[in-house]
Amino acid sequence: MLAKRVIACLDVKDGRVVKGINFLELRDAGDPAELASAYNLEGVDEVVFLDITASHERRKLIAETVARTAQKVFIPLSVGGGIRSVADARAILTSGADKVSVNTAAVERPALITELSEEFGAQAVILAIDARRECERPVELQSSTSGWRVFTYGGRRPVELSAIEWAAQGEQLGAGEILLTSMDCDGTEAGFDCELTSAVSRAVRIPVIASGGAGSAEHFADVLSRGEADAALAASIFHYGKVRVSDLKNHLKSRGIPVRL
Amino acid sequence: MITVIDYGAGNLRSVENTLKFLSVPHRVTSSAADVAAASAILLPGVGHFGQMMRSLDQMAVIGVLRDRIRAGIPYLGICLGMHALFEGSDEAPEYAGLGIFSGSVRRFPENMPAGLKVPHMGWNQLHLAPTSRLFAGMTPQPFVYFAHSYYLPQELASSSPAVGQPLAAAVADYGGEFIAALESGNVFGTQFHPEKSGNLGLHVVSNFAELCAQLSGAVSARGLHAG
Repeated sequence: MLAKRVIACLDVKDGRVVKGINFLELRDAGDPAELASAYNLEGVDEVVFLDITASHERRKLIAETVARTAQKVFIPLSVGGGIRSVADARAILTSGADKVSVNTAAVERPALITELSEEFGAQAVILAIDARRECERPVELQSSTSGWRVFTYGGRRPVELSAIEWAAQGEQLGAGEILLTSMDCDGTEAGFDCELTSAVSRAVRIPVIASGGAGSAEHFADVLSRGEADAALAASIFHYGKVRVSDLKNHLKSRGIPVRL
Repeated sequence: MITVIDYGAGNLRSVENTLKFLSVPHRVTSSAADVAAASAILLPGVGHFGQMMRSLDQMAVIGVLRDRIRAGIPYLGICLGMHALFEGSDEAPEYAGLGIFSGSVRRFPENMPAGLKVPHMGWNQLHLAPTSRLFAGMTPQPFVYFAHSYYLPQELASSSPAVGQPLAAAVADYGGEFIAALESGNVFGTQFHPEKSGNLGLHVVSNFAELCAQLSGAVSARGLHAG
């Protein structure tokens, strides 16, 4: 049976992990390759690098980081952040990453998804969607976004697009997975948005990765069952040692959720 | 020495990293002459069946590759590299495969049972054939990493050694059982990605490398006696 996946996300800037890491006994806790390796040993199923480098050297820096990581971590590695073209994606994938995720660039130019999918295969293309609930708005304004609106530029810019419809469109365009972040839940550690996740999961026939809101092992169990997610991603709770990946996997197993142990 | 064929496959770097990590002697090449002289071949694969066959054709590698495999040198095909062994694939019906084995690679149906999604992506469990050499020494029912929309139906291999058909060295279940790995003589194929399957994947590559080393040792020993 296909296992539900647990994914660790690392924010990488100029080739260094930016959020504090204080639970792992590492020689260099800021080195993405070393952290990815440590997570691999803990049993994480996938690692995601979110590249927040702003310099002109961006493409070269992230490619170098990926190359160093792929030399010692033999589980799937995805990279998101700043990928706007087939050439951007190629630099990352030929360095040893398995997938790229696109967000703002895909909203602004949906054909990018198709170009990437035709060049590298759907399995290498993740459509990342940042979504916020529209419940505070009058009903007549909600209809165009069916409850959740897409935001771009790291959640700063609202788009006239429903998250559910955009996910379905992304699948049609050639995306192989959806990485769905609930902006309402992100950073709260109060649990994933199961309602959003299951709504998107039912609208597509490609895997959905839930993101935003992880605070406990039970939150993962919840979104992987009730939320109908295929995978769940977290960053800070792993980095700060609030939840250990190995304990989390055991918890999921005890809940009857298929995991790789 | 394992010859890794570079035809532009997306996971070439990961396969190279794996061989380097395991200190397996290898070279990466796009040259038909190198393939013709190879004593062991690894064909990686992430991408599109048609693009792969077209690239191999442009490199003038198809004929020599088929000859080397038929000559019995060790071969490991990963994902598309395993699909290449068959006559064709639903992914690009206009392209012929190497035709080492008969039959065609199929696409997972649009409507999978139980709402299963395509591509089949993630960690799934293998059920190993006890006689498999590729999985020698591995824990039963290991989880390995898959990422594919096309698969080998069970009838393309047999569950016990048979004439003219490869052995299903491993099957996995995704809306029904499919062939996750095959072997026939020194020809091996995996639908999953050993280069992305953590320690268990490293074990598979290491088993193949050991087999290559043993066979090339046997060949050079014979060479010495002949000389």
